[in-house]
Amino acid sequence: MAAVALGRDFEFKMNRPEVCPTGLAEVDAMAGGLPQGCLTEVYGPASSGRTSLMLAALAQSTGRENVCALVDASDAFDPASAAAAGVHLERLLWVRCGGNAEHALKAADLLVQGGGFGMVVMDLADTPAVHARRISMTSWFRLRRAVEHTPTVLLVVEQQPLAKTCASLTLEMRRERAAWSGAPGAPSCARLLRGIRVHVDRRKPVPALAASFESCW
Amino acid sequence: MFAAIHTREDRPGGLSYCLLRLAQEFSPLVEQTAADTVALAADGLERIHGLPQQIAAALARRAVERGLQASVAIAANLDTAVHAARGFAGVSVIPYGDEAKYLGSLPLTVLQPTPEMQETLERWGIRRFRELAALPELGLAERLGPEGLRLHKLARGAGGRPLVPVAEPLHFEEEAELEYPVELLEPLMFVLAQLLNGLRARLASHGLATNELRLRLKLENRGEHTRMLRFPVPMLDTKAFLKLLDLDLGAHPPPSPVVKVWLEAEPAKPRAAQTGLFIPLAPEPEKLELTLARLRGLVSEGNVGSPELLDTHRPGAFQLLARPLAPSPARPLARSLPLRAIRPPRTARVQMASGQPVHVQADGVRGHVVASAGPWRTSGDWWTIDPWARDEWDVALSDGALYRIYSAQGRWYVEGSYD
Repeated sequence: MAAVALGRDFEFKMNRPEVCPTGLAEVDAMAGGLPQGCLTEVYGPASSGRTSLMLAALAQSTGRENVCALVDASDAFDPASAAAAGVHLERLLWVRCGGNAEHALKAADLLVQGGGFGMVVMDLADTPAVHARRISMTSWFRLRRAVEHTPTVLLVVEQQPLAKTCASLTLEMRRERAAWSGAPGAPSCARLLRGIRVHVDRRKPVPALAASFESCW
Repeated sequence: MFAAIHTREDRPGGLSYCLLRLAQEFSPLVEQTAADTVALAADGLERIHGLPQQIAAALARRAVERGLQASVAIAANLDTAVHAARGFAGVSVIPYGDEAKYLGSLPLTVLQPTPEMQETLERWGIRRFRELAALPELGLAERLGPEGLRLHKLARGAGGRPLVPVAEPLHFEEEAELEYPVELLEPLMFVLAQLLNGLRARLASHGLATNELRLRLKLENRGEHTRMLRFPVPMLDTKAFLKLLDLDLGAHPPPSPVVKVWLEAEPAKPRAAQTGLFIPLAPEPEKLELTLARLRGLVSEGNVGSPELLDTHRPGAFQLLARPLAPSPARPLARSLPLRAIRPPRTARVQMASGQPVHVQADGVRGHVVASAGPWRTSGDWWTIDPWARDEWDVALSDGALYRIYSAQGRWYVEGSYD
């Protein structure tokens, strides 16, 4: 019996993918990190902390000297913010797609097929939902298949979940509140936007878990 | 069998080049023994010129045609041929086994001994090859050491030194003249594949790779179309070269049908890299080059690269470097809420009350201001012809998002959203 239990345990551990930490302790404790060789979805509305999580993950990966790629569908990436978040820009390949989601999908496919990247991020966060929903499930399956059995983390940032069954990990982001310095009634010239508190729900895999973190508190 | 050509002419600058060219007309294996002497491997020349005397005569005749007064010698070993050419005028052919007999009359200066050695030998009364050759080997070794033995061997015509050929500068170029003008890319790629295979084989035979390919196309309208591909590391992958050329010509097609193709490769030592289990993940340079070329084809040239911040306070100042892994200076971390940029910034209509924004409206952005911080006045480059100055606000709108807005020159813009 003991041998059978040991065998099960060993098999279970063998099937678990390696994970890459996000750099956010609360999220790592809840979700266990971003799985390698899998597709991870991060979605939520504007100002919900998606970019904070994305940059934290990129900072972690480039900090371990991996070369990463960012497919920026809407040309929204701000290098100054990324550098401030600790991303090593010299280890980041930035592909600007000028608002073309189809180009973003093809670019992500090329990067994943090319191989050798520690993390490939597809940023569809500003792509209108109407356009994003036009991406067929076949394309997501193709991406998932391409990244399988590779040490690459494929992270997709979006407004609504798109990859559905193709995603191994799905995180929903929501802003709890914004923190402003100064007294509530103080004039705006005496206040400062200090950061946001973000609530993260793990939607997939089950069971659903939740965590909160502060972005630049 | 070796031949040597020696001239006593004094032609500043071009003498050694002339001798070298003369020798290379007869053999690919040529040694530049001295500025006034060249030696060449003459094996196989019998089939072209006949007997050794005829080979020597052909060399002398060609030297005269080139305007050189040269002495030519042929012998079974290299040193004998060189010494005979230096010592005897005209044409000399030294039969195998008679080297000592033929060289015997030559003065010792032909051997070019060191001044001390020459002085010693002169004091002994040794002035000719035959006198040195007659000395006992053991006694000579005791008195003059290895150098004395070497000279003794040369004086007997028993040198066995191999020829050290001149290394020609390597030039890797292939060309193909097309039977009819080629307009489409596909048949042109077929021709290029053949040229690349030839180049690859030649590079591989020399143990080399290439880090630059230069393509020159002669066009039907008598113009030329040139393209150059540079690689971050030396490569020798024909398929990758072909794909890169295909992508490059697809992006920059020749303006007219092609009638002739030249393809040149810059030789370089191949990359030697050791892999390991714990080396961080990075794409292979060859694959990365191909991926970058494909991405450039997809989203255009200026939209792929590694971002680098510029040394300025101007908001949004960065440049894209061609490929990642280029080292950049470390910057101190200044943590701030990440911004999602809107490029270019969207023009907005902002209603103000008591000096504070109360309503913001722009394309895709609309709402009452719930909370705000600002204005933060920044300016820079006022000493240049392109100064900038603006008042920034951070606002939380009723649509639930946080934005950075600013006013510059009397107009309002939405720069991005915090996320």
